Amino acid sequence: MTLFPRVLPQPTITLGIMGLWMVLAPSASLGNLLLAVILGVSIPWITRSFWPDRPYLARPLTGIVLFVRVVGDIIVASWEVARLVVGPLDRLKPAFIDVPIEIDDPFVATLLASIVSLTPGTVSVDIDRAAGILNVHALNVADEAEMIAAIKRRYEAPLKRVFGC
Amino acid sequence: MIVDIVISLLILVGATFALVGSIGLARLPDFFTRLHGPTKATTLGVGSVVIASLIHSGAATGGVSLRELAISLFLFITAPVSAHLLAKAALKTRANRSAKP
Repeated sequence: MTLFPRVLPQPTITLGIMGLWMVLAPSASLGNLLLAVILGVSIPWITRSFWPDRPYLARPLTGIVLFVRVVGDIIVASWEVARLVVGPLDRLKPAFIDVPIEIDDPFVATLLASIVSLTPGTVSVDIDRAAGILNVHALNVADEAEMIAAIKRRYEAPLKRVFGC
Repeated sequence: MIVDIVISLLILVGATFALVGSIGLARLPDFFTRLHGPTKATTLGVGSVVIASLIHSGAATGGVSLRELAISLFLFITAPVSAHLLAKAALKTRANRSAKP
C-alpha cells in the first residue's frame, strides 16, 4: 500500500494519459501500449509536486447531471450572446461581478472557474480563495444579484455535492 | 442521406458560431468584452464541427472515432485557462498603469 502512492501518485491521471495516448495513436499495437504505460507512469511521477491532493468524487452521478447541464447552458447562452454581439452594442451592459464562493479546495474552485468561463457571457478573471471570491466579467448584466445566484445555484452547489465539500 | 444533412447542419452551426465569435472580437468595445468572443467560438463552434466529424467518420468506417473527443477535451481544458490568464494579465497591466504617476 505504501508503494502504490509512491510509484503511482495519481492513478486517475495515469489512466487518463494512457487512454488518451491509445486514442491518439495511429494503431493499437503493443509498442504503443508500452509507450502509453511509460508515459502514464512517468508524467504523473515527474510532475507529482504540482498536483495537490485531489478531492474524492463523492457523487459521480451528480457530476454527469452537472455535465449535461453545462453543455445545455453553453448552447442556450451561446445563442443569447450571439444575438447580443450582432445586435446594437450600446445595449450591452458589461460589468465585473464578485461571486462569493464557499469552495476551499483549489481543484474544485478551478473547475468552477472553468465552467464559468466556458459558458458564454461570463469569463472568470480572478479567484481570491482567501476571501472566497470569484471575480467574473460578464458581457451583459441585467440583474447582478440574479446572476450571482444563478452561478451559485446551477454550478457551485452541484460541484460541492459531487466532491463532497 | 439523413446523415449528410445532419453533418451539414452541424458544420453550418459551427461555422456560424465561429463567425459570430470573430465578429464579436472585431466589434466589441474593450478588452474584457472581446475576451468573450473567442471562448464562445471554441466551445460551441468547434464543438459542433467536432460532432459533425465524429458522425462522418463513424458513418464512413462503422466504428466510433475517439480522436475527435480528445480534440474537444483538449480545447475545453485549454480555452478557460487561456481566457483566465489573458484577463489576469490585463487586470495587472491596467493596475500598473493607473498606479504610475
